[in-house]
Amino acid sequence: MLKVNAIDASYGSVQVLRSLSVSVSAGEVLCMLGRNGAGKTTTLKAIMGLVRTQAGEIDLDGTDLSKLPAHLVPKQGIAYVPQGRRLFAELSVADNLEIGLMARGMGRETRERVLELFPVLRERLRQRSGTLSGGEQQMLAMARALCLEPKVLLLDEPTEGLMPSMIAAIRDSVSSLRDQGVAVILVEQRVDAVLPVADRVAFIENGATRDTVPVETLREDLTLVHRYVGVGH
Amino acid sequence: MDFGPYLFLASLEGLVTAAVLALTALGLSLVFGVMRIVNVAHGEFFMLGAVLAWWFAGLVSGSPAFGFLIALVLSPLVVGAVALLCERTVLKRIDYNPEATIVATIGLLYIIQQLALTFYGPDARPVQAPINFRIVFPWFGWSGYKLVVIGVSILLLLATWFVLTRTRLGLIMRATQYDRETAQAFAIPVDKVYAAVFAIGAMLAATAAVLIVPIQQAHYLMGLDPLLLSFIVVIIGGLGSILGTVVAALIIGLSDGIISVFFSPTLAKILATLLVAFVLVIRPQGLFGATQR
Repeated sequence: MLKVNAIDASYGSVQVLRSLSVSVSAGEVLCMLGRNGAGKTTTLKAIMGLVRTQAGEIDLDGTDLSKLPAHLVPKQGIAYVPQGRRLFAELSVADNLEIGLMARGMGRETRERVLELFPVLRERLRQRSGTLSGGEQQMLAMARALCLEPKVLLLDEPTEGLMPSMIAAIRDSVSSLRDQGVAVILVEQRVDAVLPVADRVAFIENGATRDTVPVETLREDLTLVHRYVGVGH
Repeated sequence: MDFGPYLFLASLEGLVTAAVLALTALGLSLVFGVMRIVNVAHGEFFMLGAVLAWWFAGLVSGSPAFGFLIALVLSPLVVGAVALLCERTVLKRIDYNPEATIVATIGLLYIIQQLALTFYGPDARPVQAPINFRIVFPWFGWSGYKLVVIGVSILLLLATWFVLTRTRLGLIMRATQYDRETAQAFAIPVDKVYAAVFAIGAMLAATAAVLIVPIQQAHYLMGLDPLLLSFIVVIIGGLGSILGTVVAALIIGLSDGIISVFFSPTLAKILATLLVAFVLVIRPQGLFGATQR
C-alpha cells in the first residue's frame, strides 16, 4: 500500500536519510526500530511532506506523495501522530478533533466512532487539551488522527512516558486498527513495546534500513535488536 | 468649564483614540501572533487606508455619507490587495525569517511612504464626515461622528473575535498559530493562511484609518504614531489575545486623551512607554498573554 523507495533527506547540509526504503501493506503493522537520531522520525516527516526529500519516491496506491505540498498529503488518507503528541494545547479537545475532521471533510459519524474508541475524551470535550493527563493527551492525538479515516497511520513513539495500563490501551487500539485494514507504521525505541503488536520490524541505522524481519524472528532471537538498538532494551 | 466636565470630554476623546487604536493594534497582533513576524510596515497600511479614503471619497459627488461609505468599503479592500501582493512577492520569498522580515518590512514602509508622497503629495487633506449632528451635553457639544467611530470599531472588534473563536476559519488560523507543522499534517494550507492573515491585518489598520480620517486628515507621514502605539498596545496586552489588545488600547487611549488634555501629549507618550517597560520587566508575556511553551 505505502512504499517508501530509496529516499534521501537532509536538514540543511546534514544528510539524515540515505536511500531509505520501507513499505507497509493494508492490515499490517510495520515497526521501525533504531537508536536516537537514526532517522525514524525524519522518515515519518518525509512521508508527511514536512521534510522534503531530495531523491526517491513515496508511493501510496500509485500517487507519489513526495511531489505533493505538505498540506495535500493527509488528504490522500495518511494520518500522523507526532512524537510528543503535538496537540494544539491551547485549543479544546473538541477543537482538536474538529481540525482532524476538517482535514478530509469527515463528519459526525466519524466523530462518534472515534469517541466510542476513546470514551474518556467525550467527558472532556470542552477542556483545554493542554490540561489533559499524558495518557489522555496521547489518546486525543490518536483520536485526532483517526478523524481522517486514514488508510495509513503513522505513529511516532506513542507509548513514550506513559504508564503500563495506558501503553496497553494504545497497543489494543493499534491492533484493532490493523484488524480494520489500516496500514500502521510505528516508530519505537524499545523492543518490548513492539513485540506484542508488530507484524514486521525494520531496523534503521544511520538513515537507512539495515534489516526487515518478521516479528516472530525477534521473539525467538534478539541478536538483531542488540546489534541495532543496543543492550538494555 | 469645571474639572468634571473637562475630564468627561477628555475621556470621550480618549475613547475615540482607544477604539481606532484597538483596531489597528489587533491587525498587528494577528500578524505577529499567527505568523510570528514583526510587520514594521503596518503603520503604512494605516496611512494608505486614509489616503485612499480621501481619493475614493473624492470620486463621487453629492452626499458626503455616500463617498465615505464607498471609502469605508473599497479602501480596506485595496489595502488588503496591496498587503497580499507584498506578502506573496516579499515575505514568502524570504520564508518569513523573523530578522529578514523586519528589514524587508522597513523597506516596504519607505516604498509605500514615498509612493504616497509622489502620487498624493505632502499635504494633509480631510475627508468629510458622513454625518453632521452634534451631541449637546450641558457643558459642551460633541461631534456625533466620533460616536460612530467608537460604535463601528466595537462592531469590528466583535466581528473579529467571532471569526477567530467561533468559525472554522478562526480555528484554522489558531491551529496555524499554535503549531505550524502539525497544522500542515492536518491538511491546513499554512501558506494560504499566512497570506490571508497578513491581508486581514492590513485591512483592519486601513479600516481604522478610514474611520479616523474625517477627524484627523490624511497625510503621508501619519503612519508612524499608529505603528508605535500599536506596538505598545500589543506588548502591554499580550500576543494573540483580543481581550488584552482591547484592554491595553483602552488604557493607552484613555490615558493619552486625559493626560494630553490636562498636561501634555508628550507626558502621555512618556507614561505609555514607561508602562511598556514595567510590563516587560514584571510580566513579559503581557497582561493577558499566555506564556510561550
